[in-house]
Amino acid sequence: MAQKMQIDDVEVTFSEGETVLEVAQRHQKEIPTLCYDPRLEPFGGCRLCIVELEGARNPVASCTTKATAGMVIRTATDTIEAYRKTLLEMVIGENREVDVHPLRGYASGELTNLRDKYAINEPKITGAKSGTSKADDNPFILRDYDLCISCYRCVRVCAEQEGDHAINVMNRGFRTQITTEFDGLLKDSACTFCGQCIQTCPTGALADKKALRAVDEVADAALNKTRTICPYCGVGCSVDVLTNDEKIVGIHPAMDGPANQGALCVKGQFAYDFVQHPDRLKTPLVRGEDGELHEVTWKDALDKAAEGFRKVHAEHGRYSIYGIASGRAPSEAAYLMQKFIRAGFGTNYIDNCSRA
Amino acid sequence: MSNPLVDMQKPDVIFCIGTNMTECHPVAATGLKKAIARGAKLIVADPRRIGLAEMSHLYLPLRVGSDTALLLGMAHVIAREGLIDEEFIENRTTGFDDFFEHISQWTPEWAESITGVPAKDIETAAMWYGTADKSAIYYTLGITEHICGVENVQSLCNLALMTGNIGREGTGINPMRGQNNIQGAGDSGALPNNYPGFQSVTDPKHQEKFKAAYGKEIDLEKGITKVTALELCGDSIHAMLIDGENTLLSDPDREHCEHALRSLDHLVVVDIFLTETAELADVVLPATAWGETDGVCTNTERRVQRMRAAVPPPGEAKSDWWIICQIAKQLGFEGFDFDAPKPIFNELCHLSPIYAGLDWERIEKSEYQWPVPHKEHPGTPRLHEDTFVNGKGIFSNVHYRDPAETISAEFPVWLTTGRRLQSYHTRTQTGRAQGIDYLLPEESLEVNPADLQKWELTDGEWCKMSSARGSINIKVKATNRSPRGTVFASFSFADVPVNLLTGSGYDPITHTAELKVCPVKLEPL
Repeated sequence: MAQKMQIDDVEVTFSEGETVLEVAQRHQKEIPTLCYDPRLEPFGGCRLCIVELEGARNPVASCTTKATAGMVIRTATDTIEAYRKTLLEMVIGENREVDVHPLRGYASGELTNLRDKYAINEPKITGAKSGTSKADDNPFILRDYDLCISCYRCVRVCAEQEGDHAINVMNRGFRTQITTEFDGLLKDSACTFCGQCIQTCPTGALADKKALRAVDEVADAALNKTRTICPYCGVGCSVDVLTNDEKIVGIHPAMDGPANQGALCVKGQFAYDFVQHPDRLKTPLVRGEDGELHEVTWKDALDKAAEGFRKVHAEHGRYSIYGIASGRAPSEAAYLMQKFIRAGFGTNYIDNCSRA
Repeated sequence: MSNPLVDMQKPDVIFCIGTNMTECHPVAATGLKKAIARGAKLIVADPRRIGLAEMSHLYLPLRVGSDTALLLGMAHVIAREGLIDEEFIENRTTGFDDFFEHISQWTPEWAESITGVPAKDIETAAMWYGTADKSAIYYTLGITEHICGVENVQSLCNLALMTGNIGREGTGINPMRGQNNIQGAGDSGALPNNYPGFQSVTDPKHQEKFKAAYGKEIDLEKGITKVTALELCGDSIHAMLIDGENTLLSDPDREHCEHALRSLDHLVVVDIFLTETAELADVVLPATAWGETDGVCTNTERRVQRMRAAVPPPGEAKSDWWIICQIAKQLGFEGFDFDAPKPIFNELCHLSPIYAGLDWERIEKSEYQWPVPHKEHPGTPRLHEDTFVNGKGIFSNVHYRDPAETISAEFPVWLTTGRRLQSYHTRTQTGRAQGIDYLLPEESLEVNPADLQKWELTDGEWCKMSSARGSINIKVKATNRSPRGTVFASFSFADVPVNLLTGSGYDPITHTAELKVCPVKLEPL
């Protein structure tokens, strides 16, 4: 049953179990976060989402505070905003670089955006920097921990979303370091290279090494996204294909994809470049008198394709022709394949590749 | 799948059989992992100690090809212990009395003698599955790629029907489909027995409908399956049009398959690469790939989704639909005047009752799972909630059958085949993606370490593996993932063509090949 609370002097309704942050976001309140990923359990680490709760001595983290009836919340008082700015200054002061390329990952611009929003041009707090980057020769995941702010989103997404528990935290406090078991390489850990850690990282510390190959070619503004479905198994994960100047440069999981809700596997995340591989067939081929395949025009290829069917049909009748449709081409192809056989020859001599 | 993917987080007991989900459907497996984290129990039946087995609460390491026996044993225990859902059986099923009598003979002790799984573990699995409020079955090709694939699936249906674990949230019988549009290919009518929307070709009513739509009298008889067609190549089949399938590598008994395709008078292959199959063609037509093609696909939970082009195709590559239309028009066929995928999909929707409420615009946001019988219908995330399509759920009195070939003095080792996380099918795609080689550079034969000495093999060295159909050389990898006496390899690598060896038999009804069982012998090189 819907209950009532007040946010910024407006009465709002919420459902049992919702957090203050969720209720506020539903009502278009812009509350900054860094350790928050809506797919994960609330963590309450970064404290940026603090709000004023009437009757409480101190501000509370809205991501971990459950909404209760009669609550009075203020999301952006001067005091709260000042706290947030100070917290951000501390995070940024400890970090080596805040401007990162969007190719690093889906959420990699979060810290940059907050810095700009709070106009932290020159950090007031300077001193030692935390995090040490890890050399790892894997081709997919850059472990640039110089940029790590210890939000634990990577650790939590690996455990909660992916269920792999491949990465965890070594040491505490200023010496906190994200790593794998025995501080080794990802390939020697339980990591499946699904890339979820890359996509949730709010600073680009974990980054898409494969996408970054195109970093010199891609101006920030030129990166286009096209929503489609992964080309691999039958789960049907939604992805956004990142393109620049007619070239596929990377993949983002679609966080609102109905089948995957932001998850991907190593194939969907990283195995996209077969599309623009030099081996692609670019011209029709026809077998010549010499027994070899030769490049020909579409007209000649279609003539030859049709002629062959016509000839076999004339010599052997309609039960001599068979069609096999693809399980990877779109349904329009499969539909027309069966129509070709049925409307063309009047038989049901059609199948697809599902029997192997 | 009877149930939507989101249901994977909701069962109390999950029974996975013949599915290596963490490798073959990794994103679906994340749902199961969440269910387990929440407290659900996982039962895994698989000959190999796969990742799922490692995370299970009860692991049933059955001998390859013995699934029916295991499932009969479980049904026996469920009936014996009175764990049946009498109300469900009464209202929703037929044939239970006969079935009850049939399974009385198939004790867990008998099942142990066939499967090698201890009778007490079979009992535990049955008790867990039978007592939970919500039990769900997940399976993949480990169930269907057998000569008894139909009996295996029927056995799973028996379990769900007798316990009422179908038609509710967190339950169901859920096969996981292996390719991004293999469901859509069937939906679209690329089947010898069904028109689009699974309308039987032997029903005169459907024949009339398609005669009117296509202006052509179509046979009232079922066509032949691909398996039969390949057998008849050069005999009665003389021409083939193959769209986007590397038949030569993916299908069993490669030599037979190559011989079949070579004996055709005319082979036209539409593909994105010059695959091993395309190399045999008379005409090869370059198709647009994923990422270059606008179209529709349907996933394993029957969700109809849009694929969109992000980049232009290379050279003169064209969409599959365009290519098929051009060939059809050259042959003078009517009804192929399409200039875009949208009217093609809309025609499919118009002719297919399960898509009747859909069109190109309505699937924009991936909201619908078929059946969607009319425009006001919200789609059907969960099948069989109130009724079964054919009325009542039918119990099947199945019997166990041995695989087509069983181990012998000459071929004393069971080979089972499958897929790996990092490679996909015949590697036409993943083999051309940078970085994948770092994770999986080559194929290897997974052998139990305790078997190495017996067969004079050395970990990391090559061996010769032979079946009744041929021999290949493959590198040995010692691992406890394989049980004693059984070895595993994937069919992905062209230089280790495992499907030279497979092909011992087919399910007589579905014509699905028994790719999961192949007796072999191993010799050091």
